[in-house]
Amino acid sequence: MNAAEIRAAVINALTSVAPDIEPGTIRAEINFRDQFDFDSMDFLNFVTALHHKFGIDIPEADYPRLMNLDGCADYVSKNSA
Amino acid sequence: MSDFSMPSLGADMEDGTMIEWHVKPGDRVKRGDIIAVVETQKGAIDIEIFEDGVIQEIVVNVGEKVPVGAVLARLQGAGTVTAAQAAAAPALAVVPAAPAAAASRIRISPAARKRAMELGVDPAAIAGTGPGGAVTSEDVEAAAGKLPRAEPAVPGAALDEMRRAIGAAMARSKREIPHYYLGATVDLGRLAPWIEEQNRARPITERLIIGVAFIRAVALALREMPEFNGFWTDGAFHPAPGIHTGVAISLRAGGLVAPALHDADRKDLGTLMREFQDLVQRARSRRLRSSELADGTITITSLGERGVDSVYPIIYPPQVAIVGFGIVGERPWSADGRIVSRPVVTVTLGADHRVTDGHRGALFLRAVDHYLQEPERL
Repeated sequence: MNAAEIRAAVINALTSVAPDIEPGTIRAEINFRDQFDFDSMDFLNFVTALHHKFGIDIPEADYPRLMNLDGCADYVSKNSA
Repeated sequence: MSDFSMPSLGADMEDGTMIEWHVKPGDRVKRGDIIAVVETQKGAIDIEIFEDGVIQEIVVNVGEKVPVGAVLARLQGAGTVTAAQAAAAPALAVVPAAPAAAASRIRISPAARKRAMELGVDPAAIAGTGPGGAVTSEDVEAAAGKLPRAEPAVPGAALDEMRRAIGAAMARSKREIPHYYLGATVDLGRLAPWIEEQNRARPITERLIIGVAFIRAVALALREMPEFNGFWTDGAFHPAPGIHTGVAISLRAGGLVAPALHDADRKDLGTLMREFQDLVQRARSRRLRSSELADGTITITSLGERGVDSVYPIIYPPQVAIVGFGIVGERPWSADGRIVSRPVVTVTLGADHRVTDGHRGALFLRAVDHYLQEPERL
């Protein structure tokens, strides 16, 4: 996957967890909690969606790196095969 | 023949609008089947049927708004229906199902559904281009110029409706229920690391959040003190036969719902977590089932993730108690004669003085605390 495909797949994971998020409105550098009122359940569902989509295991210690779209895209590109 | 009526999905529901039928006259149904989708003040709800039988007649057509208790369909009970009768049943229908009734539910995001309401477009008439054929906001926009337009809904009307319904239920609660409140700060010095340890050993799909432990602790405490689990109706308390913990879930567009996790005292943490995850996701996708909205026997609300120290919740009638959890945070704590830093949470109980008093409430909070001190028992 190239960077654009990874970003699109991350957005897809995000909207699968929160269907009321309009992809065009996502601000890549803003924390999901602040931007979409994510709580711990939303975040766990999102991490699980990333796991299914990219086949990567994500330890809890890495959660702080996944707090916004930029961070997720960077994390996935470094950790997916 | 029996009537299948618009169910009451809580004290804050007065009516609903039929938006989809999943059955037609002659269809055999069994208890628990989802037979229709009704738009309520809480969003679109999957309506389950509560007995086996064969649909004889669809009484309410798609688009009709009817009050709670109105007959939606007529059903011949399974015990009295033969196969031949079932086959003949369509001929008995007086009011046919509307042509728009779909064999399966329309896949549409809440945002797209809202946009469709604003533009006065029927989502059933749109060919979706999203995942699995789901109707997207773009599909709605594109269709708006081509399809016949219904009367556009007032923007925000659905949220206003929900707010009005919540207000009515809470006003009734405050008017009728003599609340009392108690709070206790609970040491989570054992539970929090136990959850972390559990999650290290669990695959990502089976991880826990601390909130599910709170739900489980409340459910187990209710087993010991059933006077907090039930309903005040007809001037008396009626204990509930099961422990179905309603969990308050905020909706991103505004408002909240409190669907039930059924039999929360009889499920291990892993099972409860899976069901809680599913419930939250469906609540926020507006895909709840009628039984989930109707069956709660107590409510649990947690606002800790929004930074709140303590919650002073209002009982959801006809329930008789509600439990609130605040933020899980590190605080100075006295243990073994020393001041240490511990994760703690403030648990509050709002309860109905017609049923219990503060002494029993204190014992209930103590029971919740005990379970949280022994996570292996959860």
